[in-house]
Amino acid sequence: MKAVTRDEPELGLTRKRTKWTTFKNQKVLYMMSVPFVLWVLVFQYLPLWGWTMAFQNYKPGKSFLEQKWVGFEHFAALFQDDRFYLVLRNTLAMSSLGLVAGFVFPVMFALLLNEVRVQVLKRFVQTVSYLPHFVSWVVAAGIVSKMLSTDGGVVNAVLMSLHVIDQPIQFMAKGHMFWGIVTAADVWKETGWNAIIYLAAIAGIGPELYEAARVDGASRLRQMWHITLPGIRPTIIVLLIMSIGHLIGIGFERQFLLGNHMVSDYSEVLDLYSLKYGLEMGRYSFGTAINIFNSVISLMLLFIANGAFKRIANESIM
Amino acid sequence: MSRSLFDRLFDVVVYVLITLITIITLYPFLNVLAISFNDSVDTVRGGITIYPREFTLQNYKLIFSYDGLITGFKISVLRTVVGTIAGLISGSMLAFTLARTEFQGRRFISTFLAITMYVSGGLIPGFVLIRNLDLVNTFAVYILPGLVSAFNIFVIRSFIDGIPYSLQESAKLDGANDFTIYYRVILPLCKPALATVALFLAVGQWNSWFDTYLFNGSNSKLTTLQYELMKVLQSTTVNANNVRGDNMNQLMAQISPDSVKMAITIVATVPILVVYPFLQKYFVKGMTLGAVKS
Repeated sequence: MKAVTRDEPELGLTRKRTKWTTFKNQKVLYMMSVPFVLWVLVFQYLPLWGWTMAFQNYKPGKSFLEQKWVGFEHFAALFQDDRFYLVLRNTLAMSSLGLVAGFVFPVMFALLLNEVRVQVLKRFVQTVSYLPHFVSWVVAAGIVSKMLSTDGGVVNAVLMSLHVIDQPIQFMAKGHMFWGIVTAADVWKETGWNAIIYLAAIAGIGPELYEAARVDGASRLRQMWHITLPGIRPTIIVLLIMSIGHLIGIGFERQFLLGNHMVSDYSEVLDLYSLKYGLEMGRYSFGTAINIFNSVISLMLLFIANGAFKRIANESIM
Repeated sequence: MSRSLFDRLFDVVVYVLITLITIITLYPFLNVLAISFNDSVDTVRGGITIYPREFTLQNYKLIFSYDGLITGFKISVLRTVVGTIAGLISGSMLAFTLARTEFQGRRFISTFLAITMYVSGGLIPGFVLIRNLDLVNTFAVYILPGLVSAFNIFVIRSFIDGIPYSLQESAKLDGANDFTIYYRVILPLCKPALATVALFLAVGQWNSWFDTYLFNGSNSKLTTLQYELMKVLQSTTVNANNVRGDNMNQLMAQISPDSVKMAITIVATVPILVVYPFLQKYFVKGMTLGAVKS
C-alpha cells in the first residue's frame, strides 16, 4: 500500500517528463509543422469564426464587440426570399445532373478504354482525354460558347447538316438549356480525368478472373458486366459518397462564366447568389447566412450518403 | 462462331465510340487554334474548321503589342512559379512530419487538416478575412490563402509512407537531425509525388481568375492573364456599358474580335498543356494514392 501511494505521483511526474523529453526531441518536427498549422488556423478556421457575421448586422470597420447582434434575422430574410428558392432549385438541379453525369460517363469511358487492345491508341486517347481538364474554366467557357454559337458554331453546323434543325439555335440565350449546357461542358472537361481512378481500379483486377470467364465462354460484354464492373464497385461507391458531400457546394465558376443575364433564372446558384446579393451589395451578413446554409446542407448530405451506403453496400469513407 | 462474331461487333462499337469521344475532345482545341491563326476579317465569314483558311500571325502580334496582356502574362507566370514552390515546401514539410508515426502532434494535425477538406467558411467570411488582413491589392493574395492544401499533403504523405523507415533511422544514427533527414533523404526520394503535386498547384495557379476578380481586379499591375481573358470573352455577352474603360476593350472594339480572342485563349492555354504530358506518368499514380487515402 505504502509503496503504491508513494509511487503514484512519481509515476505521473516521469510520464510528464517523458512527454516533455519527447517534445524536446521532436522540436524540429514541431518547428516544421506548427507554422503551417497556424497558417491553416488563420486561413481556413478564421473564416469559420466569420460565420458569426450571419447573426449580426455586420458593419466593416467595427470591432467584433461593437457589432449589433440580430439572431436569426438574416436566415429569416433568406427563407422569405423567393429568389432563394429559385437559386436552390438551380443548385440542386445542376449538382444532381453533374453528380449522375460525373460518375456515369467516367465509368463508361474507363470501361470502353479498357477494351481498346491497341496500346498506342489507348495511350493517345487517354492523353487527349486529360487535355480539357488542364484548361481553365475561363478558356473552357469560351470554347463552349464558341462551339454553340449561331455563327460558325460546330454544334449548330452539325445539327443543320443532319437536318435535325433548320434554324441555328441560340443555345446560350435559352434558359431551359442552361443546365444541360453546364452538365455537358463538365462532362467534356472532366470525364477523362475522372476516369483515371477507375482505370487504375480496373488494372487491379486479377487477369485469372477474365481467363476463367473466357473458358466458361463469356462474351466480352459479359466479362465487362460480370467482372470489370463489380471489380470497380468499391471505388465507384467511395467516389459517389464523396461527390454527394460536395453536392450543393458545386461552386459557381461555370455558372458565372457560362451564364448571362438572359439565362440568370436558371444559372444562379447559391454561391453566385451570395456573391451578387451579399458581397456586391455589401450585405455581408446576409451573404454569410447563405454560405452557412450551403455548408450545413453539404455536411448533412455527406453524412446521410455515408450512412446509407454503410447500410446498403457495407462501404463507407468514415 | 457466333460468339466471336458478337465479340467482333463489340470491338467495332468500342472503336467507333472511342474515336467519337476523341474527336469531340480534340476538335474544339484544333478549331480555336485554327481561328487564332486565321486572318481576323476572313474569320467573320465563318466556316473555319481545323486549319486556318488565310494564315496570319497578325492576331498574335496584336495581342503581344498590348501591355495589359504582357503584364497579365508576367503576373501569371510569377504566381505560378512562386505559388508552386511555396505550396511544395509547405506540403512536403507537413507531409514529412505527419508520416513520422512517433510524432506527438501527428493525430491532432491530421484531423485538423482533414476537417478543412469538408468544411469551409464560404465566400464572404473568406473575403472579409482577406480584407481585414490587408491583402487586397497585393500579390500575396495569390499565394497566402491557398498555401496549405490538405489534399496535396495527403498525397505526399502516402508516398512517404511507402519509403522504408530504416532509411530515416540510419540517417539519424549518422547524426542527422530531422530537418536534414527531410531535406537530404526524403525530398530526393519523393520526386514522383512532388511532381504530381507541383502539377496540381501549377494548374491551379495558372488557371485561377476569381481571386483576381475579387481582390485585384481594379489594379492593372496585378491582374492575371486568365482574368484579362475573362474580361475579353465576357465582353460579348455582357452589356457594353458594363465594360470598364480600359485599353483592351478599346482594342476589341477596333478590330474584328473573334480571331484575337482565340489567340488570347491559346496564349492562356498552351503553357500548361506543354507541361502535362511529361508529368502524366506521375500524376496517374498520385491521383490514385490521394483518392484512396482521403
